[in-house]
Amino acid sequence: MNWLTDYVKPKLSSLVTRKEPPSDLWTKCGCGERTLYVSDLKENLNICSYCDYHMNMDVNSRLKNLFGDNAFEFLEVPFENNDPLKFKDLKKYSDRMKDAQKKTDQKDAAILAQGEIGNTKVVVFILDFNFMGGSMGQFVGEAFKIGCQNAIDLNCPFISVASSGGARMQEGIVSLMQLPKTVAAVNLLDQHKIPYISVLTHPTTGGVSASFAMLGDIIIAEKGSMIGFAGKRVIEETIKEQLPEDFQTAEYLLEHGMIDMVVHRKELNQSLSKVLSFVKK
Amino acid sequence: MFYLDFEEKLEKFDIEIQSLIKLSKESDIDVDGKINSIEKKKQIELNRIYSNLSPWQIVKLARHPNRPKTKNFINSIFTQFTPLYGDRLYSEDNAIISGFAFLDKLPVIILGTEKGNDMNTRIKHNFGMAKPEGYRKSQRIMKLASKLNLPLICFIDTSGAYPGKDAEERGQAEAIAQSMKVALNCETPCISVVIGEGGSGGAIALATSDIVIMLSNSIYSVISPEGCSSILWKSSDFAETASNSLKITAKDCLELKIIDQIIEEPVGGAHRHHEKVSSDLKKALVKSIEDLKLLTKDELIRKRNNRYLNYIV
Ligand SMILES: [Zn+2]
Repeated sequence: MNWLTDYVKPKLSSLVTRKEPPSDLWTKCGCGERTLYVSDLKENLNICSYCDYHMNMDVNSRLKNLFGDNAFEFLEVPFENNDPLKFKDLKKYSDRMKDAQKKTDQKDAAILAQGEIGNTKVVVFILDFNFMGGSMGQFVGEAFKIGCQNAIDLNCPFISVASSGGARMQEGIVSLMQLPKTVAAVNLLDQHKIPYISVLTHPTTGGVSASFAMLGDIIIAEKGSMIGFAGKRVIEETIKEQLPEDFQTAEYLLEHGMIDMVVHRKELNQSLSKVLSFVKK
Repeated sequence: MFYLDFEEKLEKFDIEIQSLIKLSKESDIDVDGKINSIEKKKQIELNRIYSNLSPWQIVKLARHPNRPKTKNFINSIFTQFTPLYGDRLYSEDNAIISGFAFLDKLPVIILGTEKGNDMNTRIKHNFGMAKPEGYRKSQRIMKLASKLNLPLICFIDTSGAYPGKDAEERGQAEAIAQSMKVALNCETPCISVVIGEGGSGGAIALATSDIVIMLSNSIYSVISPEGCSSILWKSSDFAETASNSLKITAKDCLELKIIDQIIEEPVGGAHRHHEKVSSDLKKALVKSIEDLKLLTKDELIRKRNNRYLNYIV
């Protein structure tokens, strides 16, 4: 295995804010202040050891973070994304997709897995921010639906882990339809009394926060993550006012009654296990 | 009348006609022949423009200040509109209006984003941009329609949900998500009509319905062409290009099976033909309700959920 291509690249590209061109060995913390060794960062779950900033995780690291040492298996999403609008901006959408697939080694921005967290069997849906900003198009919507159906078939809790800029603009109006699609899937979970835990990580915004992500029976957010509907800059431009430093952070949402708990990434598995012990079917 | 940039010639014709009418009032000169010939030229120009509208021109028409708004349609299609206010949780939100009304003899419940017609009403209705209280009021109204078994008719004309500090604090994302969920569980026929701008989450919150109708010069989009341009083209100069790529016209949405029906606006657009558009829309609403009333509550909800659950292009 080539550790540079298999490990380092996805992580480097996972940074949301990148002020300097990263080398392969070190990178800048999301806080913008510290320079960190990539290998150290990886070992520390992509959390800055100086300021505790939680950076994005690639899917494989996230799976390990969720399941710990427990085994898990991937669930198939039998859908190939098909560029429904034949969209082109500065670049063809189909080319952007190929680039993202190469970069992440994933088909699209969502994956499904099943396994045990603590002692509870669960189906997990994860959005990959490294894949076009975790944006939701047809594949993601379909994956979410299939994940819900799997949880219903297995009669086990369903967990979604979001990190997304919102709907995938390159799928235009078709991406907007993924909002009611995923909401209808949450509706299915309700009908079958399947517990739904939504984990929000940095960042969860736009069409993803405005659909399934905010509809969890229990909502857990990772420490410091940015969660909201509209972007901070858009709001500042609209209201012509500077927003507080902690605006739209997980802690801010907790204070405003929008979520149930804020957890440190290192404690996510434990927190989930605890919640699952109450709701397991 | 407000003239769009591609209607320059129409404005010139209208000014000529006006001045001829004025002249005829002030003198004995016979202007009828002259007016007729200008009217003919005007009609040719109208046909030329409106037979071949580009998506970008449709964007401008959808946002036309003189275009009939939700309140105008409520007044022209229904009788005895009886407004209902408030979300019972925090506040009233004037960006979304709601209430009882009669569609001929049939009682219905109406819900819709209202942009306003002049500066005062635009400010009053926050330019049609709702806050969480607006979506929570919508949920309350949807549940009421469901309980009372009254058909729900939603009008959509919004650039999107309000991007504000207070809106975020009170859970804009949750409010939109929950609106779709409540709509999906509504035990009564739900019909949505995009009459102008169908802007993103703010639109879909009121458009998760059994039948979705668009006026031919309205738009339905995941993001404004301007917003798309600045994000994907990294410049605000490509809004027109983005409007071509995003598939936002009624025709596109029908092809993509996102909507069920288009109400064709006459040449000149809804802002010149409010009455005709209203009567066509009214017929479509009556027909839609008749069709949906044939379904049982269970069938209605199952069909509506499956429509979105199984949506794939
Ligand atoms: Zn740091």
